Amino acid sequence: MNSISTMITTTTSTTKAATMSESKISARNVQVFYGEKHALRDVNIEIRPRSVTAFIGPSGCGKSTFLRCLNRMNDTIASCRVEGSIGIDGENIYDPKVDPVQLRAKVGMVFQKPNPFPKSIYENVAYGPRIHGLARKKSDLDDIVASALQKAGLWNEVKDRLQESGTGLSGGQQQRLCIARAVAVSPEIILMDEPCSALDPIATAKVEELIHELRSNYTIVIVTHSMQQAARVSQRTAMFHLGLLVEENDTDKMFTNPDDQRTQDYIMGRFG
Amino acid sequence: MSVGILIPVLLVLAALGFVLGKRQALALSDSQKTKLHSLPGYYGQTVALFTAVPALFLLGAWLILQPMAIESRIGGMIPDSVIPEGGARSLVMSDVRRIAGGLDAVLALGGMGEDELVRIGENLSTVRSRLAEVGVALVGDVPPVVFEAARAYRQDVKTGNMAMSVVVLVLAVALGLWAYRRIQPDMRARNVTESFVKSLLIAASMVAVLTTLGIVGSLVFETISFFKIYPASEFFFSTVWNPQFRGGSELGILPLLWGTLYVSLIALLVAVPIGLMIAIYLAEYASKTVRSLAKPAIEMLAGIPTIVYGLFALITVGPFLRDWLAQPLGLGTSSSSVLTAGLVMGIMIIPFVSSLSDDIINAVPQALRDGSYGLGATQSETIKQVVLPAALPGIVGAVLLAASRAIGETMIVVLGAGAAAKLDLNPFEAMTTVTVKIVSQLTGDTEFASPETLVAFALGLTLFVFTLGLNVLALYIVRKYREQYE
Amino acid sequence: MTDITAAGIPPAETQKKSLLTLDDRTRRRNAAEMRFRMMGKIGVLIGILALVGLLTSILSNGLSSFQQTFITLDIHLDPARLDKSGNRNPEEIAKVTTFGYAPLIEKALSEAMTAKGILGNGVTVKAAAELISKEAPADLRNYVIADPQSIGQTVSFKLLAAGRIDGYYKGRVTMESAKLDRNISPEQLLLADKLKSAGLLTTKFNWSFFTAPDASDTRPEAAGLGVAIIGSLYMMLIVLVLSLPIGVAASIYLEEFAPQNKFTDLIEVNIANLAAVPSVVFGILGLAIFINFAGMPQSAPVVGGLVLTLMTLPTIIIATRAAFKSVPPSIRDAALGVGASKMQAIFHHVLPLAMPGVLTGTIIGLARALGETAPLLLIGMVAFVREYPAGPPDGFFDPASALPVQVYNWTQRGDPAFIERASGAIIVLLIFLITMNMVAIILRSRFERRW
Repeated sequence: MNSISTMITTTTSTTKAATMSESKISARNVQVFYGEKHALRDVNIEIRPRSVTAFIGPSGCGKSTFLRCLNRMNDTIASCRVEGSIGIDGENIYDPKVDPVQLRAKVGMVFQKPNPFPKSIYENVAYGPRIHGLARKKSDLDDIVASALQKAGLWNEVKDRLQESGTGLSGGQQQRLCIARAVAVSPEIILMDEPCSALDPIATAKVEELIHELRSNYTIVIVTHSMQQAARVSQRTAMFHLGLLVEENDTDKMFTNPDDQRTQDYIMGRFG
Repeated sequence: MSVGILIPVLLVLAALGFVLGKRQALALSDSQKTKLHSLPGYYGQTVALFTAVPALFLLGAWLILQPMAIESRIGGMIPDSVIPEGGARSLVMSDVRRIAGGLDAVLALGGMGEDELVRIGENLSTVRSRLAEVGVALVGDVPPVVFEAARAYRQDVKTGNMAMSVVVLVLAVALGLWAYRRIQPDMRARNVTESFVKSLLIAASMVAVLTTLGIVGSLVFETISFFKIYPASEFFFSTVWNPQFRGGSELGILPLLWGTLYVSLIALLVAVPIGLMIAIYLAEYASKTVRSLAKPAIEMLAGIPTIVYGLFALITVGPFLRDWLAQPLGLGTSSSSVLTAGLVMGIMIIPFVSSLSDDIINAVPQALRDGSYGLGATQSETIKQVVLPAALPGIVGAVLLAASRAIGETMIVVLGAGAAAKLDLNPFEAMTTVTVKIVSQLTGDTEFASPETLVAFALGLTLFVFTLGLNVLALYIVRKYREQYE
Repeated sequence: MTDITAAGIPPAETQKKSLLTLDDRTRRRNAAEMRFRMMGKIGVLIGILALVGLLTSILSNGLSSFQQTFITLDIHLDPARLDKSGNRNPEEIAKVTTFGYAPLIEKALSEAMTAKGILGNGVTVKAAAELISKEAPADLRNYVIADPQSIGQTVSFKLLAAGRIDGYYKGRVTMESAKLDRNISPEQLLLADKLKSAGLLTTKFNWSFFTAPDASDTRPEAAGLGVAIIGSLYMMLIVLVLSLPIGVAASIYLEEFAPQNKFTDLIEVNIANLAAVPSVVFGILGLAIFINFAGMPQSAPVVGGLVLTLMTLPTIIIATRAAFKSVPPSIRDAALGVGASKMQAIFHHVLPLAMPGVLTGTIIGLARALGETAPLLLIGMVAFVREYPAGPPDGFFDPASALPVQVYNWTQRGDPAFIERASGAIIVLLIFLITMNMVAIILRSRFERRW
C-alpha cells in the first residue's frame, strides 16, 4: 500500500503539467442509441494526452459504451447509433471519410476478459503489425514482437516459448499478452475495458504497474469497476451514471472532495 | 383370426381390463373400508398392461418365428432329387409358396373343395388348370411332391395361425386375470405400473442398439459366406468388376471404390468452398432479414429427397454437360458421368457443410473477433486469420460428415454416374460406385447362395465401415471443438 | 519492468497521419474486404440458384403430366360382340378379352370421323385407331364388366390418347421426330390436329395420374401414381405408429431416467452413429433380416415401413431429446415438490410441454422417410405392381410401390414420356413434403415456448 500512495503523489504532479497541454480526445454532445434505448446522453469530455483517464460508475451507466465509441467498436453492433462528434487530434472520427480500420490502428483496445487468439504467442503479437504492414522483413517483425512484449513486461516470461499457444498462459499473462498485442501496432491511444476484472490480485497489481509505465508514451483510457483501481492508476476520473457524464475531475479531487452529490454517494458506496 | 383382428381384440381386452381393474379396486376399498395405496386408475392400468403388452410381444415373436419354422419343416419334405441342376432349394420353396397362394385363391373362388385338396397328387392336371385361372402359371414340369409340399405348407400356415390366435389370446386373458386377482387395496399399483412402464422405456431405447446389431450381424454373416465362395484377396485387390450370371464372375472392389471416391471428391470440391462461403456470409455478414430468408432456402436443399437430385442429374445436368462440355471437348459421349453425379451431389451436400460450419463459426467467441477488430483488422482479415483458424477443427469435422454423406449416397449415383465399373481419370466417363452396385446386385430376383448376390453384403460392409469410421472421427473432432469453447 | 526502454517500435508521435485521408494500404485492404464479401454473396447466390434450377427443371418437365389428351367417342357397346348369348351373365362377359373391345373403338372412331367429315388422307382406319391408347379397350372392358346392363347402348367415352399424341400436344413429339418414329407418323399427327379442331380431341386435367396404377412400358399415357401413393401412405402410417411411441419412450428413458454409465453411453453413441449410416445399408438390413430371415413378403409396405422406422428413429430420438431438454428443470421440481412420482412428473408435465417439439421432430423425420428411395429398392418395392393393395391392415402385406420408387422405376423406362411422368411424380412428392414441413413450422411457431 505504501508504494501505491507514493504513486498517487507522483501522478498528481504530472497531471498538473498535463492540464496545460491541449486535449488528445474531445467529445462533443455524444449520444448513443441501442435501437430505441438511449444509452448515452450528451457526453462532453476532454481527455489529455499521455495520461490515464479512468471511467467509473455503476454497471449499465454507459462507461463501456462511451469507451467503445472512441475506436468505433460500436460499429460492429448493428443496432447501435452514435450522434455528436468525437475528435482525436482535432479530427472527427465519426466523419464519413474516416475508415474505422485506420482509426483502430491509432486507438488500440484491451478487453475485459483476456482474449488471446488461439495461435502462438509470437503470432498473437505479430498479427496487428502484419495486417497493418508495419514490418517489411521478418527481422523487423521479430523486433516489433520483442519490443512489444518487453513493453508489456512479458518478455522475460515468454521469450523462450514464443511458439507456444497464447491460450496456454495464465490469466494475468494472457492479459499482458493482449496489451502487448495492442502496443505492437504502435497506437497513440490505448482503451482498456475493465482489464483486471477477470484477474487475481497479484496479476492485477502487475497490470496496474504496466499501465503506470505505459503512460509516458500513450494516452490511456480505462474503464474500471473498482474505485481503488481508478484512484491508483489514473490522473483524471470521469463518473458516469444512467447514461450521463456526471462529473469529470482530477482523480485526487474526485476521491476526496467531489463536486457532485451523486459522485459522493457512489464513492461512499451508497449505490452501485 | 388375422393379425389385423387380433390386435384390436387385444386392445379391447386391455381396455376392459382397465375398467374392471379400476372398479375392483374401488369395490374392495369400499368393502374393506381401507384406503387405496394408489389412485384407482393405476389398478386398472396394471391389469391393462399385463393383458396387452406380453401378448403383443408374443404375437410379434410368433409372426417372425412361424414362417421360419414352417420353411424348415417343408424344406425337409423336398428331396434333393427334385431340385433342378444348378438351382437351389430356395427356388423350389418359392414355387411351393406360390402354389400354396394359388390354392388359396382357387378355394376362395369355389373352384375346388377342401376335400379335393387331400387328393391333390391324383389330379394334377385339373389343379394346374385351376391354378392358371387364378393367375398362377406353372412353368415346366412341377413334380407331385412339390404340390404335396404346397398342400402341407398351406395346412401348416393355417394351423400355425390358429394356434397363434389361441395362444396369444389365452396369454392375454390369463395374465390379465392374474393381475386382476392380485388387486388389493394395499397393493402398490402405481409402483407396479411405473416399473412396468420403465422397462418398456428401456426396451424402446434398446431398439437402436438392436438395429446396429442387426446391421452388423447381417453384413458380417453374409460377408463371411461370400468369402467362403469367393476369395477375399481378389475382392479387395482385383481391379476388374465383371459379374456373370453363370459363374466365373470377377468381383474386384477397386473400380467401385475408385468411382465412389472420385464422385465424392468432386462433390466435396463443389460443396466445401461454396458451403463455407455461405456459412461465412450468413454467420458474419448477412443482416437478420437476409439470414432469415437465405438460411432456410439453402437448408431446403437438404430436405429435398435424393431421388429428386437423381432425376435432376439424369434429365438436366447430364445432358447439359455432355452437349456443352464433353462432346465439344471430345472427352466423352455419355450423359451419365462422374462429373454429373459429383456436381449434383455437391449441390446436395452444400447445406450439410454450410449449416454445420455456420453453427461452428457462431460458436467462436465474440471476444476473439473484438480483439481482432480492436487491433484494426478488417472483417475479412478477422475471419480469415482469427475466426477460421479457431473454427478449423469444427469445420474439418463438418467436411468429414459431408464426405461420409457423399460416400453413402445412392440415388444420385444410380441415376447420374452410370453402371460401368472403370478405373479412369476422365471425369466425363461414366463410372460406378459401391452403392450403385449394392443396388444393382440386390434388386430383382436375389439368389442368396450366389457370389453375385452375396458380394453386395461385402460391399455394404465396406461402405458401413468407411462411413462409420468417418463419422466417428468427425463426431469426435466436433465434440472436442465444442468442449474447447464451453 | 526495467526492460521497457528497448527500441523497435517507432515512437507514436512520428506517424502523424490524418485519419481523414485513406492511405493506400487501407484502400487495398478495403478492396480485399469487398472481394471477400462478394465471394460470400456469390456462394449464397449459387446455393439459391441451384435450388431454383432444380425446381425449375422438375417443374418444367413435370407440370405437363397433370394434363392429358383425351379422345371423346360415342361407342356402341355391340351385344353381338360382347355378349353373344345375350343373358348378361357377368362371367361370360368377363370372358371377352380386351381384343374383343378394340374393334368397337375402331368402329366408333371411323364413324365419328365420317360424321365430322374428317378425311383420313391416307391414314387407314387401323392407323387412325393407333391415336387411341392401347389402354382404352381395357378401360372400356372394366366399364362393361362393372355395368353389364350398358351392353347394347351407345355411351360417350373419354378415351386416353396414345402417348405419342399426348406428347405432340406437349411439345415432346414433333413432325420431324415423327418421321423417324416407328410408333407414329406425321400423317397420324395431322389427323390428330383435325380431330382436335373437330372437338373430338381435348386436353383436360389428368385425375387418373393420381389414381391409376402403373402401366406397362408401351403405355406411358395410362401410368398413374395410385398404387404408389397408397404404398407410401401405408408406410408412413407404419412409421408413425412405430417410431413416435418408440422414439418418445427411448428419449424419455435416455433424457430422464438413464444413469450415467457405460451402457447409456453405448446407446447414445449408437443413436448418433445410426443417424449417419447410409440409407442403402438399412435396405440391406431389411432384405437380410425381414425378408430373408423372417420370411416377410417382398415389395410389401410392412417391410418398407419397418425399414424406414429403423432409419428415422435416430432422427426422431435426437429431435425429441432436444424438446425434452428445452423444458426447464423447474417444471420437474415443481411437480416432484407437490408429491408426484418421477413418472407422473414426466407424463403429466414434461411430456405435454415437450409435445410440440416432439411432433415437429416426428413430422420432419416422416418427411425424410417419405422421400427415401434406396432402401426400398433393395426390399423389392421396385416391382411392377398394378393391383391396388387391400385396405389396412391386410394391405400392409400386399405388394405395393412407393412414390420415390415409382419415380426411379419410370426413369428406367425407354419411352421419354415416362420422364414427364417421373417429374410429375416428384412434384406430387414435393407437395406432400412441403405440406408436412409447413405443418411442422406452424406447430413450432404456434406452440413453441421460450423459457
